[in-house]
Amino acid sequence: MNAVTVPAAEPSVAAGMPTRRVLGAYLAEARSECLRYMRAPGFMLPIMLFPGMFYLLFGVVMGKSEGVDAARYLLASYGVFGVMSPGLFGFGVSLAIEREGGLLTLKRALPMPPGAYLLGKMLMAMAAAAVVVLLLLAMATGLAHVVLTPRQAALLLLTGVLGVLPFCALGMFVGTLFKGQGAPGMLQLIYLPMSFLSGLWFPLSMMPGVLQQIAPVWPSYHLDCLALAAVGMGQGAAWPHVLVLAGFAVAFLLLAARRLRRHG
Amino acid sequence: MTESSVPVARLAGVVKRYDRQTALDGVDLVLRRGELLSLLGPNGAGKSTSIGLLLGLIRPDAGRAELFGLDPQRIEARRRIGVMLQSSNLPPTLRVGELLRLTASYYPAPRPLAESAALAGVGDLLKRPYGKLSGGQQRRVQFALALCGRPELLFLDEPTVGMDIDARQKLWAAMRRLVAEGCSVVLTTHYLEEAEALAQRVVVLDKGRVLSEGSVDELRAKVALSRIRCVSDLDAAAVARWPQVASASCADGRLQIATADAVAVVRRLLDADPALRELEVQRAGLAEAFTELTRDTDLPEAA
Repeated sequence: MNAVTVPAAEPSVAAGMPTRRVLGAYLAEARSECLRYMRAPGFMLPIMLFPGMFYLLFGVVMGKSEGVDAARYLLASYGVFGVMSPGLFGFGVSLAIEREGGLLTLKRALPMPPGAYLLGKMLMAMAAAAVVVLLLLAMATGLAHVVLTPRQAALLLLTGVLGVLPFCALGMFVGTLFKGQGAPGMLQLIYLPMSFLSGLWFPLSMMPGVLQQIAPVWPSYHLDCLALAAVGMGQGAAWPHVLVLAGFAVAFLLLAARRLRRHG
Repeated sequence: MTESSVPVARLAGVVKRYDRQTALDGVDLVLRRGELLSLLGPNGAGKSTSIGLLLGLIRPDAGRAELFGLDPQRIEARRRIGVMLQSSNLPPTLRVGELLRLTASYYPAPRPLAESAALAGVGDLLKRPYGKLSGGQQRRVQFALALCGRPELLFLDEPTVGMDIDARQKLWAAMRRLVAEGCSVVLTTHYLEEAEALAQRVVVLDKGRVLSEGSVDELRAKVALSRIRCVSDLDAAAVARWPQVASASCADGRLQIATADAVAVVRRLLDADPALRELEVQRAGLAEAFTELTRDTDLPEAA
């Protein structure tokens, strides 16, 4: 028929895509993901406000009587508390909402390079974690007079930025279980008890023995150990904690990926 | 096979079941280059399932779905398509320009941003956050995203829902322009006048099967009904019992009759009511044809 007269748009060339453009697509996705959340006060404010307020109250104001060591200790544990939420909520809530709202379906239909969606969210959570840690660092050194070497500060920042990843994986898994507004409630049920049980609010030594014994079950406990080590209050080797966190991240990532592939 | 003989999109003997319900029951569909195909059918007919299969969002239980002769899940195939789905809540805090730039980044040779925006009529919205737009404006932005990658095949699922008449006309014009450039389009719509105005070929689906396939004229010709309208005191129920009258109804003093033999019925009407006014005879539109076609399937199956 008229198939001959229609201008063929270099079909074989059109399908290929130069590596530079593919990388550009990954970058564009990550940039959009960061922008959209940095612009959403409903997301960023609670993430910064809760750890910031807790630290101000317990670390700076009440810490005056307890001495500088308390402020240093709380910098690590509120840092971990602050880092958990962009992972859990940034990943879990947005995934649950985007699954319901059809955005994920559209992205799957579009030629977005594989993994760009999750990678973008991951970078966003890492950036938000960095903001939280920097905020607490500023309060600790500026208001609570905690003295940190540049190396200690950098280590804490690194712990926060990488430490968000296991919580991204956990959030992602919860995001695949619930659609829409069911996820935030469920994530609160995980976030708050887990923080408490890992000794992020009160030192574990002040808690009942049973709770102390089951604390190593929670990933936040291990991240807290690493954060304490970063500010010079660590006990024992760091690598077992790193291994546990890495294993935790991989396990939940695989679980979530399997559910996403099956149920979309 | 040369590239031009490979169909742009194809479903071959596709069966798709959800639990115990059969959504598609052996559907064959071929879309050729530069063609605008409209998929029609009542809710639950299998339109969305067909599109989902062609986009690689779902997999067929039997048969094959292909884009450009490739598996739809291959990214090489999807780099040649543009998509506008029925409901997709895009990030509300991103600006229209940012959304366009992001979507264009997925494609090897996208349109310049200004061109995509102009085609979809969103040039004045580029700096606005998506969440602050009206429903019709959001649909236009989604249309811009669908065409920004310079696709060879465009999927438009109910594109004009929520648009005013002016916006709808503009979108139609843009679709015609894309087709003139050689782009193929798969369009699903609830507005039959939309299919009538745009489609070169119409496929009617019902209960997971292709009921009919052909040009709009061919489809209309299948239903040889005409519509007669007039102002008359005649009783609609009595007229409905006349031979050749398929149906008759009365609304606001206007008598409306569907018939296969308009000439005979008009003659009898004029005889029966000399005071008859405002006589109108119209060939059946796609809407009537569509109603006729899908109504038939409710009868016990003949063959």
